[in-house]
Amino acid sequence: MNSIYEAYQVLSMAERALVFLVLAPIAGGLLAGIDRKLSARLQGRYGPPVRQPFFDVLKLFQKERIVVNKFQNFNIILFFLFTACSGALFFAGADILLTVFGLALAGTFFILAGFSVGSPYSHLGAEREVIQMVSYEPMVILMAVGMYQATGSFKVADLVQYEAPLILYLPGIFLGFLYILTIKFRKSPFDLSMSHHAHQEIVRGITTEFSGPALALIEITHWYENVLLLGMVYLFFGFNPWIALVVSLATYLFEIFIDMNYARFKWQLTLASTWLFTAVAGISNIVVLSVMK
Amino acid sequence: MAWFKRSPWILHYNATSCNGCDTEVIVSLTPLYDLERFGIINTGNPKHADILAVTGSVNEKSVQALKNLYDQMPNPKVIMAVGLCAISGCVFQDCYNVMGGVDKVLPVDVYVPGCAARPEAIIDGVIMACEILEKKYAEWKKGRG
Repeated sequence: MNSIYEAYQVLSMAERALVFLVLAPIAGGLLAGIDRKLSARLQGRYGPPVRQPFFDVLKLFQKERIVVNKFQNFNIILFFLFTACSGALFFAGADILLTVFGLALAGTFFILAGFSVGSPYSHLGAEREVIQMVSYEPMVILMAVGMYQATGSFKVADLVQYEAPLILYLPGIFLGFLYILTIKFRKSPFDLSMSHHAHQEIVRGITTEFSGPALALIEITHWYENVLLLGMVYLFFGFNPWIALVVSLATYLFEIFIDMNYARFKWQLTLASTWLFTAVAGISNIVVLSVMK
Repeated sequence: MAWFKRSPWILHYNATSCNGCDTEVIVSLTPLYDLERFGIINTGNPKHADILAVTGSVNEKSVQALKNLYDQMPNPKVIMAVGLCAISGCVFQDCYNVMGGVDKVLPVDVYVPGCAARPEAIIDGVIMACEILEKKYAEWKKGRG
């Protein structure tokens, strides 16, 4: 049972980060493929092969590079770098706060990329992305705070090996995190800024003006981000690697199920419901924990 | 190796269609035909698309939008004329506002016949368009050096 942790501890921090950088896109791409296949099945369709996301990305790298603005791709590259770095830090066992802030910075560059082009659809997508970020960010930080309260450490390496199940200390935080995870995965009902489904009312939102290699990079960044987020779910169940892996995967399947069952929310409802949920589930959990300790 | 065959993304534009062919394009996305099983996605965005599927004859008004969409698509790209109106203008070709088929204004690569074009014919056309896309990619790459 603990062989995973033993293998993990043999590696140095740099090696762990490297393993993440190599394996995360493969895992993320497969997850995206499973997502598309499962979504199709839930809609009564046959669906594309599980390898389809890789085909898409490889094709996009072969397309012509069209740039409408020289800052456009610069921002996307920073978005990619910061996401990959925060993921690498997380899986290397470094500070979870640094990971959370790195991810927020990456999101900021994505928004800047959306604003750097001329398309009004892209601008609208970027504005919605800001609202989404305002919605989910408090809960992400509360998650780090809650974990510190329970274990007394911000280090992921300590959190994941904490002997007691974190989920028992942080059930509210976990539920709140599950709620904002739908926003982070860009799933319905919170896929306001950009959607993987065809025919969104604002074309493709933030990614409207991105084509070819830049779009491929956005897709790969999304894979990195998904693996990192599932890693955060893993932390709650870190006391047993197998339970944690199963719960992480189940979380992803649950998000697909939610995606298929909801129509898109308005931004008002997104913001209000997320903050309400953060307050009720997240903050109350922290208050109770501080009273108990 | 070129990957266009495995993931052709379509942009659908209605030039002056009666909506017969448009409906058939949408029908080919439904569970019965399920275009997505070939990796085909109907994007609403010219910058993401590989194949421009045009339905309906081109008229004096829609020609600008059509050319605009075509110019915004990154290379390599293929144009598919779906339905008889897009091929020749069909019964509308003598109308004062109609310029004729899509090939009067843009280089069409694939013609999908039918009034309205059947979903099977559309899927067949897209598969043909993929072959042309691969050829165009090879040429384009050679030209780029």
